[in-house]
Amino acid sequence: MPGSDLAPPSGPTDSPRQDGPREGPHEGPVARWFNRRGWSDLITGIPFFWLFFFFLIPFVIVVAMSFATRSPTSPPFSFGLDGGLLDFRSYARLFSDQLYIRALGISLWMAALSTVLCLLIGYPMALALTRLSPSVRTIMLMLVILPFWTSFLLRVYAWMGLMGTNSWFNRGLTALYNMVVPADWALRSIQMMNTNFAVVVVMVYSYLPFMVLPLYANLERLDMTLNEAAEDLGSRPWQVFRDVTLPLSIPGIIAGGLLVFIPVSGELVVPGLVGNPSNPMIGRVISDEFASARDWPMAATVAVALLVLLVGPMMAYSHFENRAQTRREEAP
Amino acid sequence: MVEPGAERVGTVAPFIRIEGVGKRFGSFRAVENVNLTIDRGEIFSLLGGSGCGKTTLLRMLAGFEMPTEGRIFIDGQDMAGIPAYERPVNMMFQSYALFPHMSVAKNVGYGLKHEPMTGPQRADRVREMLDLVQLGPYAERRPHQISGGQRQRVALARALARAPKLLLLDEPLAALDKKLREHTQFELMNIQEKTGVTFVVVTHDQEEAMILSSRVAVMDKGRIRQVGSPTEVYEYPASRFVADFIGQATFFDGVVRSVEGPVAGVEVGALGLEVQARAVPGLVAGQAVTMALRPEKIEIMRERPEGPNVVAGAVEDLGYFGNHSIYKVRLPGGEILSVLSANARRVGESGRVAVWEDSVWMRFDPAAVILLTE
Ligand SMILES: Nc1ncnc2c1ncn2[C@@H]1O[C@H](COP(=O)(O)OP(=O)(O)OP(=O)(O)O)[C@@H](O)[C@H]1O
Ligand SMILES: [Mg+2]
Repeated sequence: MPGSDLAPPSGPTDSPRQDGPREGPHEGPVARWFNRRGWSDLITGIPFFWLFFFFLIPFVIVVAMSFATRSPTSPPFSFGLDGGLLDFRSYARLFSDQLYIRALGISLWMAALSTVLCLLIGYPMALALTRLSPSVRTIMLMLVILPFWTSFLLRVYAWMGLMGTNSWFNRGLTALYNMVVPADWALRSIQMMNTNFAVVVVMVYSYLPFMVLPLYANLERLDMTLNEAAEDLGSRPWQVFRDVTLPLSIPGIIAGGLLVFIPVSGELVVPGLVGNPSNPMIGRVISDEFASARDWPMAATVAVALLVLLVGPMMAYSHFENRAQTRREEAP
Repeated sequence: MVEPGAERVGTVAPFIRIEGVGKRFGSFRAVENVNLTIDRGEIFSLLGGSGCGKTTLLRMLAGFEMPTEGRIFIDGQDMAGIPAYERPVNMMFQSYALFPHMSVAKNVGYGLKHEPMTGPQRADRVREMLDLVQLGPYAERRPHQISGGQRQRVALARALARAPKLLLLDEPLAALDKKLREHTQFELMNIQEKTGVTFVVVTHDQEEAMILSSRVAVMDKGRIRQVGSPTEVYEYPASRFVADFIGQATFFDGVVRSVEGPVAGVEVGALGLEVQARAVPGLVAGQAVTMALRPEKIEIMRERPEGPNVVAGAVEDLGYFGNHSIYKVRLPGGEILSVLSANARRVGESGRVAVWEDSVWMRFDPAAVILLTE
């Protein structure tokens, strides 16, 4: 063994390193402060700033408004008109008037249906995108994004044209329908416009990219050798999908699901244009309370209720997810 | 060559037979005309530089790539058209490919889901495998909560859990540090001995191939250049490529002057002498050959020794490696010859043969000279 008790006299000599204090180029105090902490403070500060001014403050205003009393002033609400500072009557109406509960129920149901359909259509699309050769993939991704370049309203109007009773689309569907059903069930045309069906069709069409893109981003990052490992261990392709791809894409499913579910549940334009006016969704109700009825406290109350319904489950989910995560990490 | 049909009678039919296998990606030939047989219970290494087609050959055995030419038989069964999930083969991936959403125990037990076993049997097998790689206490952790060396052992346990006939290992130790790698090499050999599974190991580390394997195949540009035991490929390389790739060697061009029984006289211009070398079959006078000398087969000394194959030179450079020193000696013709000398005495107590600029003598045995006719 070299270098045991006697140090070899001709061994390699390490000259002591000259590590003096390093002097940077001359900097003013502002530049020094900025270099030390400016960047990180600035960058972490932007989202806080944004959330504070464009989410937290408006949110506090809306919550406050929901406890106000309607009044013929401008703006049309005030506090402390009937003794107490807070007025709970809007909340009482929320629970007593069937209109609000029903609208909330319809909205959540339509949003859930649209989200599930978007997932069923979007997942295979996103998965197929990841399996394409890079050049074809770029073109296909462009095609997914392309509809965004035309006006949203224009596309809804196009659907109205398609679903109207006299369109070739409707006639074709009617002909198909008449071929499969008995003769006495035959129809002259299918009533699609002004139904919940039309709302779901247009919502799924409009929000599909919001499902496909996060799913694609998630699936594209997955390590293909994991699939090979599962196959190597005896799994058939569908088992590989069930055991590896699907569980690892849950974050993408959640992200895509939220991006579809949340805007769809508050959607105003699509139900207004193609939906059934006697089944208003919650967006319509809020809009009517604000604009036609000028009952701002009631509108704010409905908005708060919608927010609680949307955010409550999300917070519960992330709470339990975090708890489960820490439990797993604390395992021996 | 064994006649088709005769293999049933012979008791030593090869376990794996690779016949004329090639793989093309577009017009690029990643693997070309590979012929190999591997016996049951071997640790067989595929050794070669980066991009020479080792992984591609391994993936063809696993069933992730289909050969564009040739056929592969495992245990007598033609693998053509058999998907990876039906092959009696498991693979340990270079990146380990552990499932991040499953615990260590779930990872190890994953392949057992497809076996006809009851739940308790499966749990027993998982425990047995975890004990084999000494990871029992880590069963409930996730892959990101264990160290790199532990992950590597989980990957090994997972690949062994289904008791495959053949285990493929793609650079299994590349990600480990030197000490852990050496330790794991011996662990791998132990596990191979205990389980009796045939191992095919891909590596670009020649030392690892030498230590682990019963036989080594040296690959270059998609072709196999030589197959043999570690001693064979090191001591009797068949080509300059193999001699250069495995270990170190200094090469000289020469011309055969005489062949007398086991000894050939080779005129080597760069050494300015007729080298006495052990003859290889088929050598004739007048033939041009390449001579390779391994650094550790050369003696270096200050006094002129007796006998054949003695050259003079001057020390150009020397490197101290603790247990040995490497001398770079400049020959009269200008070539540099590498000589390895064990530091049998402590350097610093005048244990060193020579230092810079000293003139030295070197001698090598005729049996140590590698003659390459290729
Ligand atoms: N799917 C593929 N398409 C095209 N070329 C490929 C593909 N897979 C491998 N190759 C090429 O085939 C050659 C051999 O690749 P391979 O992965 O077998 O090398 P390797 O010997 O394992 O190298 P390394 O030691 O770097 O892992 C490389 O030149 C590589 O670029
Ligand atoms: Mg490789």
